[in-house]
Amino acid sequence: MDREERPVAAKTYQAGVKDYAKTYWTPDYIPLDTDLLAVFKVVAQPGVPREEAAAAVAAESSTGTWTTVWTDLLTDLEYYKGRAYRIEPVPGDANAFYAFVAYPLDLFEEGSVVNVLTSLVGNVFGFKAVRSLRLEDLRFPLAYVKTCGGPPHGIQVERDRLNKYGRPLLGCTIKPKLGLSAKNYGRAVYEALRGGLDFTKDDENVNSQPFMRWQHRFEFVMEAVKKAEAETGERKGHYLNVTAPTPEEMYKRAEFAKQLGAPIIMHDFLTAGFTANTGLANWCRENGMLLHIHRAMHAVIDRNPMHGIHFRVLAKCLRLSGGDHLHAGTVVGKLEGDREATLGWIDIMREPFVQENRRRGIFFDQDWGSMPGMFPVASGGIHVWHIPALVAIFGDDSVLQFGGGTLGHPWGNAAGAHANRVALEACVEARNQGRPVEREGREILSEAAKHSPELAVAMEIWKEVKFEFDVVDKLDMAKH
Amino acid sequence: MPEIMAYPPTRRRTETFSYLPQMTPEKVAKQIAYIIARGWNPAIEHTEPEKSFSNYWYLWKLPFFGTQSVEQVMAELEACHRANPGHHVRLIAYDNFAQSQGLAFVVYRAGGR
Repeated sequence: MDREERPVAAKTYQAGVKDYAKTYWTPDYIPLDTDLLAVFKVVAQPGVPREEAAAAVAAESSTGTWTTVWTDLLTDLEYYKGRAYRIEPVPGDANAFYAFVAYPLDLFEEGSVVNVLTSLVGNVFGFKAVRSLRLEDLRFPLAYVKTCGGPPHGIQVERDRLNKYGRPLLGCTIKPKLGLSAKNYGRAVYEALRGGLDFTKDDENVNSQPFMRWQHRFEFVMEAVKKAEAETGERKGHYLNVTAPTPEEMYKRAEFAKQLGAPIIMHDFLTAGFTANTGLANWCRENGMLLHIHRAMHAVIDRNPMHGIHFRVLAKCLRLSGGDHLHAGTVVGKLEGDREATLGWIDIMREPFVQENRRRGIFFDQDWGSMPGMFPVASGGIHVWHIPALVAIFGDDSVLQFGGGTLGHPWGNAAGAHANRVALEACVEARNQGRPVEREGREILSEAAKHSPELAVAMEIWKEVKFEFDVVDKLDMAKH
Repeated sequence: MPEIMAYPPTRRRTETFSYLPQMTPEKVAKQIAYIIARGWNPAIEHTEPEKSFSNYWYLWKLPFFGTQSVEQVMAELEACHRANPGHHVRLIAYDNFAQSQGLAFVVYRAGGR
């Protein structure tokens, strides 16, 4: 509203509690391009009208509190308030509804995912007027996106730095995840890399425990990486986990990784927090270091379909905060992940523009401007038999990580790595020839195994392993 | 359980497709057809194998911008190989939208493996 046109001192102060809907339910509002938009899945307490519950969410996540205060009149709340502007039914659930809320840009500090989340998923999630609340999606206005650093390098730069084109990248998490000495750990890294993987990875639990302090791990691992590079003539890396108890310690580890010539480090963005993550991403951008992001604790936040934050929101926030890789589930392995929903959030990670697509759980168009994309990482209980499906689902711009599926090979890590590389290249070659890799996966792998005893043995040992449990967090669209 | 086989000493590799047997001309032609169908621009590079770790190999002529001919690219690959028999010869697909390479693989491997 044009400030010139408003009458002066039109309001008088009246203490007391008034319905949120009077101020915060604005069904005629047309969101601005600069508004930050959110959609919540709400189950209200019995007797609370939907408009009132939606308005309460908008109020409590923006300017409102439970009662009127005189200082409200010292500012222009019409300018600053969040507005619930639309309500929609949730398919297949009579109790829940979607509440759409628009927030003006000035409510949020520039470049601060921290500030956005503190507002949007702060106190409101414990608010008594709602039984449950889930943040399903966010639309960051381009004006806000441009204030965030984003991925330190992005997919295109990483491909050029590592000389990997036309195929997904291959990784492996070193196991057992706890208890190895640094030298034995480096052995496992060397074998996996010389066998044909592009990356190995610290398990997220590995930070700097008594059995293996971080300096020792970094030194042995980097010897392994460099030796495998020299022998294969290919570029390799190991995600050195710099997640640490304090930011100071985190930066110390990152600096040491750089000193050793490591191309990539890793970080756990939820347990360490967005402040630490954004700072580390900035450091990585300034220091030419790739950044792999793990997502420990995400399932606590995103798995319950009725309460919490959907993973697509966490993925958006991480793209703004900064990371070059992000774990994204596998659809086919041991961990939760619905296929259509996964396709939705891998678009969110990689594409410059993502259109609203309710069949994939995407509620808003999202323009990323020129912000680089991140590699989605498929990891968890996958092995050679899953590769045809993984290539079909994830395409080239992805990292496929086989932990047990590399190290559990009967002949050891190098043979396991080799088997995965052969299977991957055979599937990519077949796809490029126009063959439907998922449907013809068995034939494609069997043909490739004729030239690779390593693959033949891997196919034999894992032929029975399946993870066919129904997903807990289904898309609402898919329920009815 | 099959007998444990020793994994041999590490061999030099050349990134994508280097863990598959060297492609027959028919298979190479299919990859070129894929590159053209994706709207990418084929190009050829070559190098002495000992210099293969570098980002910059020798560029053979210029990228074949806009070509729709699989045969032309096949003929250029062969010509590059004949002129540089001891070299790796690599086919590249420039993707000018992604400003990246949509595909890159060594068609003629020095030493023939």
